[in-house]
Amino acid sequence: MTQLIYVPDDAAALSVGAEDVAQAIAAEIARRGLDAKLIRTGSRGLLWLEPLVEFASPKGRIGYGSVNVADVPALFEDPAHSGSLGLVEEIPYLKNQQRLTFARCGITDPLSLQEYESHGGLKGLRRALEMTGTDIIEQVVDSGLRGRGGAGFPTGIKWRTVAAAMAEQKYIVCNADEGDSGTFADRMLMEGDPFLLIEGMIIAGIAVGATKGFVYIRSEYPHAIAKMNRAIAIAREDGVLGSAVLGGGKCFDMEIRIGAGAYICGEETSLLESLEGRRGQVRPKPPLPAIEGLFGKPTVINNVLSLAAVPTILAEGAAFYRDFGMGRSRGTMPVQLAGNVRRGGLIERAFGLSLREIIEEYGGGTASGRPVRAVQVGGPLGSYWPSHLFDTPFDYETFAEKSGMIGHGGVVVFDDTVNMAKQARFALEFCAIESCGKCTPCRIGSTRGAETLDKIMQGENVAGNTALVRDLCEVLRDGSLCALGGLTPMPVLSALDHFPEDFAGKTLAAAE
Amino acid sequence: MTTAIHKAPAAAWNPDPVREVAERLKGLDGPLLPILHAINEQFGYVDERALPIIADMLNLTRAEVQGVVSFYHDFRRAPAGRHVVKVCRAEACQSMGAERLIGELEKSFGVTLGETSTDGRVTLEAVYCLGNCALSPAALIDGKLFGRLDAAKAQAQVSK
Repeated sequence: MTQLIYVPDDAAALSVGAEDVAQAIAAEIARRGLDAKLIRTGSRGLLWLEPLVEFASPKGRIGYGSVNVADVPALFEDPAHSGSLGLVEEIPYLKNQQRLTFARCGITDPLSLQEYESHGGLKGLRRALEMTGTDIIEQVVDSGLRGRGGAGFPTGIKWRTVAAAMAEQKYIVCNADEGDSGTFADRMLMEGDPFLLIEGMIIAGIAVGATKGFVYIRSEYPHAIAKMNRAIAIAREDGVLGSAVLGGGKCFDMEIRIGAGAYICGEETSLLESLEGRRGQVRPKPPLPAIEGLFGKPTVINNVLSLAAVPTILAEGAAFYRDFGMGRSRGTMPVQLAGNVRRGGLIERAFGLSLREIIEEYGGGTASGRPVRAVQVGGPLGSYWPSHLFDTPFDYETFAEKSGMIGHGGVVVFDDTVNMAKQARFALEFCAIESCGKCTPCRIGSTRGAETLDKIMQGENVAGNTALVRDLCEVLRDGSLCALGGLTPMPVLSALDHFPEDFAGKTLAAAE
Repeated sequence: MTTAIHKAPAAAWNPDPVREVAERLKGLDGPLLPILHAINEQFGYVDERALPIIADMLNLTRAEVQGVVSFYHDFRRAPAGRHVVKVCRAEACQSMGAERLIGELEKSFGVTLGETSTDGRVTLEAVYCLGNCALSPAALIDGKLFGRLDAAKAQAQVSK
C-alpha cells in the first residue's frame, strides 16, 4: 500500500524550513524506491511543532515535530514510530479544540476540490442553492454569528441590509487585510482551506443577490495570494464559480486584489477606497457600505473568518453553530496564540475559554521561561492586561466590561522583561505611521502622544505629562473618525492603568 | 508573481512597459493599484516618469496618481538594494526581541532601518506583521519568509 506522507506548505511552516524538509523527503522516497507519496497540506496550527511531518497509519496520522533536513532519513528507519509525537489528533493542544472553521486545515490538500468535498465541503452551498435568500440570511442571523474582524457586528443583520437595498449590482467584499500583530488565522485558512472561503462568499452572494466578489488580501501574504488565485481558477474550471454555480441558475464570480502595505486598509471604508484605486482614506459613515459601498453599490464586507463560518452554519443548521459559545458570543473563535509563548498556534474553541487556559494550558507559559507579565489581546489596538485579569472568559461583552476587546482573536504574550511605557509609546508611534491622515486627532494626536511619552520616559514632569496623555487619549477616543484613532488609547491607557510602575520616569534608562 | 514586491529585481526605465501594463489592466474595476503593483514589480520601483503616463491613460490627474503612490508603503520611489530585508517590528515580534535583532542587523549591514547601504547591497526595512507571530521574530528576506530569525541566519541568507 502506498505510504502517504504529509508536509505543510503553509507560510509559517515554510518559514522554519518545511520546503527543504519536503524536498529531502521526496529525495529519500526516490533513493529508497519506496511506494510512498508526499502530500502538501495547510498547517494544523500547532505552530511550535513546525515543520510537522505526518505519516499515515491504520490508526491515524503519526506526527514528527520540528523536523529538519538532517532528521529525514531517521523518519524512514522508525517503523515503530518511537521518535514520533504519536497520533497527531491525540496531541492535547489539538484534541482539546472544537474545529468547525478549521476542520480540514492541515488535513486535506488545499487545492483538491475532490478532497474538499469528501471532507464535507460544498454541503452548505448545496443547501443554500435550495433556499431563498431570505431563508439563508435568517439562518445566519439565528446562528448568532458576529463579525470576526473585530467589531463583532451581527453578520446576518449586515446581510439583511444589503439584501433589502435595491441595485443592479451588489458586491461581496472579503476583508483579508489581516494586519493585527498576533493574528494569522485568515492567512492559515486561505492557505490551508481556500475553497471554504470561496464557498462562504458564494453563499453570501446568493443570499443578498450579489454576483461579484473581491478578496482584498494584504501584500505581506504572498503565499495566501497564490493559493487563493489557484483555488479560484480551479473553482471556476469545475463550475463552482461562474455563470452557473454548481450547474444551477445562480451566478457568482470573484477575484483577488492585493493591498499595498497600509494597515488602515483593514478598516472597511478605507479598504473600499483602496479597492477603487484611491488612497486608503476612511469614509465617514453614514452612508453604510451595506447601502453605498464598493463603487457606490450595496456591499457586504466581512472578515475571512466570518465568511468561512457560513458554510458550516448552512450545512449543519443555525442551532448547531449557536449551541457553541457563551452569552451573546456564539459559535467558535479561532484564537491565535503568539509572541513570547512556548507553544504558539491556532486554538479554535467555543467562546468562553479563559485567557489563563489559553496562555497556561495551551501555551505552556513563555518561550523564554520567564514569568508572563502582560498579554495584549485583540491586536495593536487591544488592551495590555496583567495576570489578575487572566480569568476573563473569551467573550465580546466580558472583555468590553473590563476595557478590553477580543478583536480578531490574537493573544500576544510578553515576559517580565517588557517595558510597558515603551509598548504604550509604540502604540502611538504605530498609529502615527499608519494613520490615513483624514481626521486630526489621529493624524496629529498620535505624534504628539508619542512625544509626550518620550518626556515621561525621560522623567520630565511625569505627573503633568501623564495627565496630558490621558487627556489626549480621550480626544482620540471620542474625536477620531475610525477605530485606528478611536482604539489606540486602549493599549496606552491599559498600560498606564495596569502597569503604572513603568511610567515613573527614567524607565527607559533603567531597562537598558 | 506578487512576491516580487518584496524583492529588488529591476529593469532600466522605459515607458513602453508602463503603457503596456496600463493598457492591459485598465479594464479592471479600480485598476490603479493593480497597475502600480505591476510596475513596482517589473522595475523594482515606481518611477516618477510613469505617473503622467498612467494618469493620462486612466483619465486621472497626475496629483491623484501621485497621492496614491505616496500613500502606500509598498510602492518604492527609487530602486532598493540588491537584497531587501524586511524585519517585523510589530508587538508579537517585539516580545521575542525584534528591536534587538534590528539593532544587530543595522550594525552588520551598516545601515539605519529604512535605508539602503551605500554599496547598494542591502535595504533594511520595517514591516508591521507578516502573520508569522507564533514563530517570532519574523522577516522577509528577498521575498522569502523566515521565522525564529536571528542575525546570523539573516546574514547567511543575504550572503548567499
